[in-house]
Amino acid sequence: MSNGNMNLTLKVWRQKNAQTAGKFVSYKAESISPDMSFLEMLDVVNESLTHKGEEPINFDHDCREGICGMCSLYINGHPHGPKRGITTCQLHMRTFHDGETITIEPWRAEAFPIVKDLAVDRSAFDRIQQAGGYVSVNTGGVPDGNAIPIPKVIADEAFNSATCIGCGACVAACKNASAMLFVSAKITQLGLLPQGQPERYRRVQSMVAQMDEEGFGSCTNTGACEAECPKEIKLTNIARMNNDFFSAKLFRQEEIHEQNH
Amino acid sequence: MTLDAKIPQGPLAEKWSKHKFDLKLVNPANKRKYDIIVVGTGLAGASAAATLAELGYNVKAFCFQDSPRRAHSIAAQGGINAAKNYQNDGDSVFRLFYDTIKGGDYRAREANVYRLAQVSVNIIDQCVAQGVPFAREYGGLLDNRSFGGSQVSRTFYARGQTGQQLLLGAYSALNRQIHAGKVKMYTRHEMLDVVTIDGHAKGIVTRNMLTGAIDTHAGHAVLLCTGGYSNVFYLSTNAIGSNVTAAWRAHKRGAFFGNPCYTQIHPTCIPVTGDHQSKLTLMSESLRNDGRVWAPKTVEIAEQLRKGTLKADQVKEDDRDYFLERKYPAFGNLVPRDVASRNAKEMVEEGKGVGGSGFAVFLDFADAIKRLGEETVKAKYGNLFDMYIQITDENPYKQPMRIYPAVHYTMGGLWVDYNLSTTIPGLYALGECNFSDHGANRLGASALMQGLSDGYFVIPYTLGDYLAKIGPKKVDTSHPAFEQTKQDVIAHVNKLLSLKGTKTTNEYHRELGHIMWEYCGMARTDEGLRKAKGLIQALKADFWKNAIVTGENEEVNASLERAGRVADFIELGELMIDDALMRKESCGGHFRVESQTADGEALRDDENFAFVAAWEFKGENQPEELHKEQLTFEAVHLSQRNYA
Ligand SMILES: Cc1cc2nc3c(=O)[nH]c(=O)nc-3n(C[C@H](O)[C@H](O)[C@H](O)COP(=O)(O)OP(=O)(O)OC[C@H]3O[C@@H](n4cnc5c(N)ncnc54)[C@H](O)[C@@H]3O)c2cc1C
Ligand code: FES
Repeated sequence: MSNGNMNLTLKVWRQKNAQTAGKFVSYKAESISPDMSFLEMLDVVNESLTHKGEEPINFDHDCREGICGMCSLYINGHPHGPKRGITTCQLHMRTFHDGETITIEPWRAEAFPIVKDLAVDRSAFDRIQQAGGYVSVNTGGVPDGNAIPIPKVIADEAFNSATCIGCGACVAACKNASAMLFVSAKITQLGLLPQGQPERYRRVQSMVAQMDEEGFGSCTNTGACEAECPKEIKLTNIARMNNDFFSAKLFRQEEIHEQNH
Repeated sequence: MTLDAKIPQGPLAEKWSKHKFDLKLVNPANKRKYDIIVVGTGLAGASAAATLAELGYNVKAFCFQDSPRRAHSIAAQGGINAAKNYQNDGDSVFRLFYDTIKGGDYRAREANVYRLAQVSVNIIDQCVAQGVPFAREYGGLLDNRSFGGSQVSRTFYARGQTGQQLLLGAYSALNRQIHAGKVKMYTRHEMLDVVTIDGHAKGIVTRNMLTGAIDTHAGHAVLLCTGGYSNVFYLSTNAIGSNVTAAWRAHKRGAFFGNPCYTQIHPTCIPVTGDHQSKLTLMSESLRNDGRVWAPKTVEIAEQLRKGTLKADQVKEDDRDYFLERKYPAFGNLVPRDVASRNAKEMVEEGKGVGGSGFAVFLDFADAIKRLGEETVKAKYGNLFDMYIQITDENPYKQPMRIYPAVHYTMGGLWVDYNLSTTIPGLYALGECNFSDHGANRLGASALMQGLSDGYFVIPYTLGDYLAKIGPKKVDTSHPAFEQTKQDVIAHVNKLLSLKGTKTTNEYHRELGHIMWEYCGMARTDEGLRKAKGLIQALKADFWKNAIVTGENEEVNASLERAGRVADFIELGELMIDDALMRKESCGGHFRVESQTADGEALRDDENFAFVAAWEFKGENQPEELHKEQLTFEAVHLSQRNYA
């Protein structure tokens, strides 16, 4: 079914579930077209495994256009593979050479336990967002959209931070498995906008507390997260977050409220 | 069973406000006595779950991805419409309503569409309040652009990632309620059936995709917000996981399926390159604001382009046919999707297609770059251009993009009345999962609008009416109907797992897609459809004999998940064929070759087909029964759609 001329060897991490030990297994990927995406290449391998009655390699994916943040994969030592600014599903086989051996591993971080093979559990990210990554506004009864004017440059900046897809590459790239880039992107987006002001300092405290609770490491400013982020989220977000965090600690006597209403 | 759309009496503009007043309310203190199940956390589901929880109901929400933030809505690029008239260019609720009815080729329900246009105004405000970073003008006000099928600038956007930003807004509202304990979120759970008691929906059966546990969940009402079924065509612009299973299983339990054959074909997708391809990628329609669509004037030039002996930028101006601008001067490149798609297909059929396969036309930005400069074009469409480069390895700043129509959206779905209730009381369908609002064709930027309208502003009212009527008496899973339905699901799963044949379910899916695209795609004939029906029946029989499903239930098993979805797609495919066969007119993206005007335009037959087809399941392998909801138009005159 495939129609190309590349032949590759894949070294793939196989692990039945979080409780079982995993290991690398080698597979041949044959007749691969350079126009295939990396995930389509894996589809081809999986089809042939299925034909042999073997279990296909499990990996997370959905949109396959670089936006849902579901695909992951550590490819030859890089989250989302060797190219900058793209996700695994956007990576195409023309990036590789005929005859190459490709090593494929799951994200590795304590806070992201393995689900199966190459898929990991990133629900810690959701819990951090749940801790305060929002503006508390009920549906209805809000002002007219244009009643909150926002300078274009601010809206654009907020948007840049808001483009984070929550894939976890930043954590996977970081030697400390820090989630600072992810968390700071949301903090920055809402912190820049007028809508986010009322809860700005409370938000940063709650989200950082949850991040620590989830077992992510601390940031030592190595910058691997920024270098590997498929959406090129900037390190300056982290600076902003630190700023807000310390302001909150030093100057605002706000506590971390549990919002049980 | 007679279909009652429950359209409120009175003038169009007052129906919704009057209806809201007439609906029963649930006392605030009683709301916490009700449990609501929301399946799906895209725009429709996340907005509904958050809003209902804010009101005080207990909500259980489900999605099959690992996080609600990954629902397919995240992928929408272009924008969302609203009749704000911020641009002072003559927009109004009535104009948005009118454009939508006309764009849908007069096959949508007037009352629903009017309400959608009314509510559109609130959606933008809501999203802005949540911190959605919409594009802004330098003065700080919201920016707009225009989209196919309209002559005003009413589309709000966040660069090329509007769906992402809107969904993250709804996701944040949902998160707030999860944190408050009012929503219990179940990720990596797939709903596999609906439980009914005395004809009312009272719960669902799910499979935990991590452990295989098949569980039941009870509630006073069930909301399906499970998206569309374009993947019945195998290749579509939808996410890989998008499927029809939830809607289809509900259909088999008694929910009528509306207009299943109404498929939207989107004109600007990146063309197929080989059969390894797992999906197609949309290039947002907003590109047609600045990009000009053309094909070479002659077959000879097209041939040179296909062989690569001539490059697109070397084709002289006189040798280019800007066919949309030529044929539809008033709308030009911004004609509605079905018109743009059909014309591209025509070019290809005349031998004027370009690209290696010949199945493409050009979308050219050379003029825009000359007029606006590369930087401005980049600011507007940068991420789309990058995406194109990534996939094709070609630079659209230098050479025009190659585009071709692809399946994109389904206007069909579970039949719902004005309250969004399916024919099973207590079972509601929201967003792309239902059939309402778009008619035979969807205008751009209106699906996001509908999803959020249903979730934020419609269901919170209409659901209350039902709940107030049934009362807060506790429902729980001890009723035998739950165990019975669960056993049915287990039997189905086991049957799939027993398939140890020779063909992968992916191969079946691809075959199904070929049949659907060939015979039930952009153009359909009576003969072709009859042939397709036989092919699908044979495919179905073969699937249950020769498919391979690996692994076990009690683990993560993508093979099993996929098998279940493909089996449902095959059954849906058959119903789509029946629906297309029955509808002997051309409307929207559905072109019946037998029904066209002298100059080859789609020809509707209002006399005989101004109805919604609602199909009732009658048992395995039995023909389904057709019910008709006659469409009446008070505010608009049915006229031949004409964009010239
Ligand atoms: C590439 C692309 C671009 C688009 N651009 C635009 C645009 O610019 N403007 C516009 O208006 N529209 C656009 N659309 C259309 C629009 O995005 C969709 O119609 C809309 O987002 C659908 O939202 P939804 O909430 O109904 O469903 P979805 O977002 O598809 O959500 C479905 C949800 O249901 C869940 N689910 C499904 N089945 C099950 C099950 N069995 N069990 C448990 N959970 C289940 C999923 O997990 C998911 O959470 C675009 C569509 C595509 C494909
Ligand atoms: S699959 Fe969605 S980002 Fe890769």
